[in-house]
Amino acid sequence: MYQPNSSSQALLSVRNLRIEFPTRHGTLVAVDDISFDIAPGEILGVVGESGAGKSLTGAAIIGLLEPPGRIAQGEIILEGRRIDNLPYEELRRIRGRRIGAIFQDPLTSLNPLYSISRQLVETIQTHLPLNDREARARALELLGEVGIPGAAERIDHYPHQFSGGMRQRVVIALALCAEPRLIIADEPTTALDVSIQAQIISLLKGLCREHGTAVMLVTHDMGVIAEAADRVAVMYSGRIAEIGPVQEVVGAARHPYTHGLMGSIPSIGRHVDKLTQIEGSMPRLLEIPAGCAFNPRCEQVMDRCRVERPNLQTAQQSQVACHLFGMSTVEASAGE
Amino acid sequence: MNDPGKKSVAPLLSVDSLVRYFDVSAPFLNRVIERLDRSSVKAVDGISFDIKRGETFSLVGESGCGKSTVARLIVGLYQPTAGSIQYEGVEIGPREAAADRKRMQGHMQMIFQDPYASLNPRWRVADIVAEPIHVRGIHKGKANILARVGALLTQVGLSPADGERYPHEFSGGQRQRISIARALAGEPEFLVCDEPTSALDVSVQAQILNLMKELQDRLGLTYLFISHDLAVVYHVSTKVGVMYLGRLVEWAETKTLFENPRHPYTRMLLDAIPDLEMSGRQRIPVAGEVPSPINPPSGCAFHPRCPHAEERCRVEAPMPRVYDGVHVACHAVADGRIG
Repeated sequence: MYQPNSSSQALLSVRNLRIEFPTRHGTLVAVDDISFDIAPGEILGVVGESGAGKSLTGAAIIGLLEPPGRIAQGEIILEGRRIDNLPYEELRRIRGRRIGAIFQDPLTSLNPLYSISRQLVETIQTHLPLNDREARARALELLGEVGIPGAAERIDHYPHQFSGGMRQRVVIALALCAEPRLIIADEPTTALDVSIQAQIISLLKGLCREHGTAVMLVTHDMGVIAEAADRVAVMYSGRIAEIGPVQEVVGAARHPYTHGLMGSIPSIGRHVDKLTQIEGSMPRLLEIPAGCAFNPRCEQVMDRCRVERPNLQTAQQSQVACHLFGMSTVEASAGE
Repeated sequence: MNDPGKKSVAPLLSVDSLVRYFDVSAPFLNRVIERLDRSSVKAVDGISFDIKRGETFSLVGESGCGKSTVARLIVGLYQPTAGSIQYEGVEIGPREAAADRKRMQGHMQMIFQDPYASLNPRWRVADIVAEPIHVRGIHKGKANILARVGALLTQVGLSPADGERYPHEFSGGQRQRISIARALAGEPEFLVCDEPTSALDVSVQAQILNLMKELQDRLGLTYLFISHDLAVVYHVSTKVGVMYLGRLVEWAETKTLFENPRHPYTRMLLDAIPDLEMSGRQRIPVAGEVPSPINPPSGCAFHPRCPHAEERCRVEAPMPRVYDGVHVACHAVADGRIG
């Protein structure tokens, strides 16, 4: 099986992760047996439609899964250390220090009652042994780094005094406070206008290159992924449909779902009368069909897809969970 | 005024110098004590455009540029502060002038952005879709109406049996189909679509866009399409208008606008779109943000962010001019400095 990095090299390894929600109507499996690695300094994009489980995967990694959601199976390994089973206090120390987080809505991730200097200083002092003056200096430096003009005056302002784009810059500064090795960015640009979105993406990309920070970039926007990510994982119904280098997945999608998804995005300069249409919608969690979760919507569905769940198959540098690929290996094993 | 010979070339909808201000003044007592002036948001500040029958005219712009306000003014959810809106040559804008507003606005329907908020959760789908039929009195008799509702639901890709269900039983895309069925129930010829797909996932967005296009071909509808997504706009429209802080800065045929954007703001917007082709093009992120419409910059509202701004742009607001069928409001283009 293709491994982008041996596990000793990977900064983050997620192995066979399964997230469940016990409900009265049965157990919902929101994330089902997914595995991936993120190398140091790499930006891994995770795309999928709403309900595909991409945000939950991010939440599970930082240990912010809301009960009753729970990790039912699998391991999350950060820098060679398993972190999914740590006690709360220890996990709290990793969060922020080793893993930073950026969320979608910059207004709700900042405390409206505290000035941003107080929020930054508090975060810095939680993770680094600095006194007040040093922490403030560090906060100023960070604000400058994320491109807030006039940082020296702006530092004592409150979140409502900033615009959406500026607020998201403050949130990025907060995430970078303790120089984490990994940042989970959950839809960091979704709430922003296109012109601001471009600024934030290039900022995030630049800072991560500079600091060697790895990023797990969760988004539903293929454009953002194409722009920012090194590798991309496409999720569908809680499973990874396809994972690989961004050029391969975006430029030459293999999985019928990714293929349909790419075709359904209108693009400027490519005039089509009708967009590619994937019929139907993603199944609800209680109604995930047997076999491949995509089979009722797939145009190339085979009998086998309705009964047997496809595993990730290696195809060039990517891995695809589809019976159309890796046929040869299956036939070979059947022939034995 | 309605010359029958001219009717075929006359625009279906014609908007002239449309203005809408919103009063955002502090309460009276505060104004007196704190000596504040009245203040207003210039949501729409003098825009003019025409839409021909069968066309799709799109308005694009960033949040707060006034595009949704234009949509609401046209369907009559807001009253304009000044300016005129003519539908088939009949004035429907200001209350006093618009004798036939009610009748003309019967020809229009609106599709809203959020399919979760725009359907009454306590009504069955059949009742939701039937409401415009009752209001306009198009069909009489229970059986007739029910048959019509069934036909409408089929037309948007649902089944007549879905009429018995409630909105919460449907997914976002299906709800947007219900909204479209409701809009079509009034037998409109003009549909105002305010961000109809921005709350939807891309694969569902494609379904809705395809459906809207198909309905346009079949029923000869005219659309005013509001969106912030330039790729969607490119896909659906015949003509595009780019708005910035309550004004149209550039409008033209879709192909012309996207191939040869003239206004610096249009160029900036096009440049900001993430590149799916991954040509490795280095984007130049635009500096700055949209200023507050309460206190817009003097002169051309875009000048603080514009790389081509000079003294004149800071003092004098540019008026739109026509260059080979492209309307552009920019001093730099007028002076031949760019373009």
